Amino acid sequence: MRNLASLVFAAGLGFFLTVLLLQFGFGEPPMIVGQAIQDGAAETVGAANFVTSVVLAYRGIDTLGELSILFAAAAAAGLALGSRRPAPAAGEDAGFILRAGSDLLFPLLLVVGLYIILHGHLTPGGGFQGGVILAAAFFIPVLARPSRGLRHSTLSLVEGFAGAGFIVIGLMALLWDGQFLQPLLGTGTLGSLVSAGTLPMLYLAVGLKVGAELAGLLVHLMAREEGEA
Amino acid sequence: MFFWMVLVVVVLMLVAAVAVLVLDNMIAAVAAASVVSLALSVLFVLLRAPDVAMTEAAVGAGLSGLILALGMRRLGLWRLDNPSARQGDRDA
Repeated sequence: MRNLASLVFAAGLGFFLTVLLLQFGFGEPPMIVGQAIQDGAAETVGAANFVTSVVLAYRGIDTLGELSILFAAAAAAGLALGSRRPAPAAGEDAGFILRAGSDLLFPLLLVVGLYIILHGHLTPGGGFQGGVILAAAFFIPVLARPSRGLRHSTLSLVEGFAGAGFIVIGLMALLWDGQFLQPLLGTGTLGSLVSAGTLPMLYLAVGLKVGAELAGLLVHLMAREEGEA
Repeated sequence: MFFWMVLVVVVLMLVAAVAVLVLDNMIAAVAAASVVSLALSVLFVLLRAPDVAMTEAAVGAGLSGLILALGMRRLGLWRLDNPSARQGDRDA
């Protein structure tokens, strides 16, 4: 009976996929909005990286939604992991190689992460990618020296201010121009570091928020585990 | 040339994905899952989507592997080759 059911299900799925595949004209993009953005983004937004102009200008409110989803996920993970205080100075320091490697990698990752965030409107990358790298940069020293840890209050403060900054920039645009998250401050010269108006600020807020959130999540996972071991 | 590069990357992805299922060592399986993501990010670069490739490399290969490994450690699913080392760790 179960075999029959799965056979029927597989046949239905196959039929569904075949119908879907027959509908698509491969090689001819069905959307026309991409071409329109490619034609107009350089003048309208002023970001050399068109992906950024889509992520922060044309679809800025989607990015706000992404940020809130990330916040909800991190908050839920913190809730699921509990709020019991880990034993202070639990784990011992890691071996020599990890300690030396973390000292070497921390400034390097910090620079790379900030570079990717601040050049998000010029080169591939941006707030999300750079924020993850920042989280890794701040997590590696914790891995090497668990007793030192990261201050959760500082992380929450950074996260809160970055998230509020994103919304405040959007609200300023709402007051100024009548549209939420409309890029302000002019476009500047295409391809220079100070260009594309408020987009670099928005990406800085995104990067700090993502970095603080993920670093807090990782430290939380690590610290709880220490308290139990 | 392009075809062969894509083929190598795809085969690497498939091998790593099968390795995730086959490997006994949990940490090795996590590492293999990261290899899938890393190869996928190379594929994104080949397909000229560097933004997505950076996200995939940072989140897929780095962060999710780290979270999986930490969760595995929390659940006590590390399988170290030397059981006495784990025992000594627990006693300390």
